[in-house]
Amino acid sequence: MTVRTAFEKAAAEDRATLVGYLPAGFPDVPGGIDALRLMVDSGCDVLEVGLPYSDPVMDGPTIQAAAQQALGNGVRTSDVLRTVEAVAAGGAPTLVMTYWNPVERYGVQRFARDLAAAGGAGLITPDLVPDEAGEWEAAADEHHLDKVFLVAPSTTDARLAMTTEHCRGFVYATAVMGVTGAREASSGLAGPLVRRARAVTDLPVGVGLGVSDGRQAAEVAAYADGVIVGSAFVRRLLDADDRKRGLEALAELTRDLADGVRVRA
Amino acid sequence: MSALPDETGHFGRFGGRFMPEALIAAHEELATAWREAMADPGFTAEFDRMLREYAGTPSLLYDATHLSEEAGARILLKREDLNHTGAHKVRNVLGQALLTKRMGKRRVIAETGAGQHGVATATACAYLGLECVIYMGEVDTARQSLNVARMHLLGAEVIPVTSGSRTLKDAINEALRDWVASVDDTHYMLGTAAGSHPFPAMVRDFCRGIGDEARAQCLELTGALPDSVAACVGGGSNAIGLFTAFVEDPAVAIFGFEAGGDGVDTGRHAATINAGQVGVLHGARTYVLQDEDGQTTESHSISAGLDYPGVGPEHAWLAETGRASYRPVTDAAAMDAMALLSRAEGIIPAIESAHAVAGALEVAEEQPGTTILVNLSGRGDKDMGTAIEWFGLGQQRPDREHAGNKDHPA
Ligand SMILES: Cc1ncc(COP(=O)(O)O)c(C=O)c1O
Repeated sequence: MTVRTAFEKAAAEDRATLVGYLPAGFPDVPGGIDALRLMVDSGCDVLEVGLPYSDPVMDGPTIQAAAQQALGNGVRTSDVLRTVEAVAAGGAPTLVMTYWNPVERYGVQRFARDLAAAGGAGLITPDLVPDEAGEWEAAADEHHLDKVFLVAPSTTDARLAMTTEHCRGFVYATAVMGVTGAREASSGLAGPLVRRARAVTDLPVGVGLGVSDGRQAAEVAAYADGVIVGSAFVRRLLDADDRKRGLEALAELTRDLADGVRVRA
Repeated sequence: MSALPDETGHFGRFGGRFMPEALIAAHEELATAWREAMADPGFTAEFDRMLREYAGTPSLLYDATHLSEEAGARILLKREDLNHTGAHKVRNVLGQALLTKRMGKRRVIAETGAGQHGVATATACAYLGLECVIYMGEVDTARQSLNVARMHLLGAEVIPVTSGSRTLKDAINEALRDWVASVDDTHYMLGTAAGSHPFPAMVRDFCRGIGDEARAQCLELTGALPDSVAACVGGGSNAIGLFTAFVEDPAVAIFGFEAGGDGVDTGRHAATINAGQVGVLHGARTYVLQDEDGQTTESHSISAGLDYPGVGPEHAWLAETGRASYRPVTDAAAMDAMALLSRAEGIIPAIESAHAVAGALEVAEEQPGTTILVNLSGRGDKDMGTAIEWFGLGQQRPDREHAGNKDHPA
């Protein structure tokens, strides 16, 4: 299944797609693979595997802490690809979310080739805008990988048209002006952004940043094609007393979110 | 005006804008405001006035005859250490603060390592009535409590950064995180000629008075251009501020001196161009100290202002094209130069600037009898703690001053 078909399947069921994020290597490489598989089993439609990076400017304290733990444990780019291979084998479309420098260092062509070989669906690039993405887009096209760029409430209409034109798979709309992190209240900025995006693209639009429970997921699902959740998953694992309880909490949250994307209210 | 960067902020393959989409609009707003301001005689006249009446420029070009004698070449020192706040940095912050006002923003955020840019930013904000928040790695707030106190006295808020390695690069990350959420009323006053477009070019243009003044002063003093110009390179603002006036003078050799720390081969250094690889950090393609996986590695230097694992993209370009040469200077060589300049001329340089002096001494040895113009980017008051430790200063020396007087410590 591709990312696009996952969104189409959800749309056919009159619900939003649930996209779940965890950084690779957190709490460790096998533990991360177990957690991601469990998220699929509990209701995630699409996975984002984060590539832990030393300078994550778009991430709040929760994801920073997880990434730092993974890096502290010595996680490598090859472990990220290994994680993708292990979880993509289960059938859920699996994207890598990564800051740009690790890809450039690995070699853009080589990364695209190895990601495709691992069964990965493509890349989400929080600090790479289409203006700088020529090499990545050529490699993605060659290896049939999705290119997911971000759009934000501050994105002008002209850039929105340009950016969505460069996307494949879906469009990632950031719900707030801010970094990742679960938030209590929903954002009033996301709805208008999704509407503006819809006016310029037929691609599905996923909304991320701040969604923390089923109720918020339902709110977002009312206007977006996809609900993207990251920090709330990470939090469950960070806060658990032990790994078993962490996984239980993770599964419970996933079910709650999966219910939410089906309520759409 | 330099021909580079191009419209999209590239110096050849370097530079550009590797930024979250949420900040692209702010970068475009800034680029437009900066371009318009530089074309507005009202803005440039006010900037010049502030530099002259508040910061004390043009700074002197000093014919360092005693040092020259030691060096075997004629060394001219561009005395940026005499500016208000004691460094070249006042030029950048006054320019950006004036631009902040022009954009109608009321709040300024900035990163700082040892606190020099933080103090300069807080100064400019006090002067122009802007709210000021400084991000500073927790490791640095502990090491540099005097500068934290200065910022407080100037009315700034200082936020210790506890993420990552808790040093300068993490302070930049944290400032960027603030900016994503505050961009409507806040300007990010980056402290060096690095980062994403338009920062490298904008900071260069605010600092280029260093070289423009020095070029004219050198012609007046010596009747000729210098044979070479030299500056230390952290992110690269004082260096590009000096170099820009000479880039089009092919007869003038350009030298940038990076922090060699314990020596480039020890791995403990901040010699980004000499020992880094091309990559992307903080919004620009440039040289970066990184591991095999593209994770930024920690830099090391006795000089906090040079202790950064990236470098401004224009320096990467000048290095690649061969127009400028970049060399490492070790901690030890810089400290030797600090002592030498202090004793030979009665000028205590910042340790950053001492790297440039040490480098110039090396050039003098290779090219005796030539004229070398060195940017003395800052004064050394802030570095006395380091100097006390390094040289063992301030202790009684029973075998010299206090010989025979052991029972009466001075
Ligand atoms: C006196 C002085 N010189 C040089 C630097 C290095 O910065 P840059 O490379 O941007 O000039 C600093 C930074 O703190 C400084 O304080």
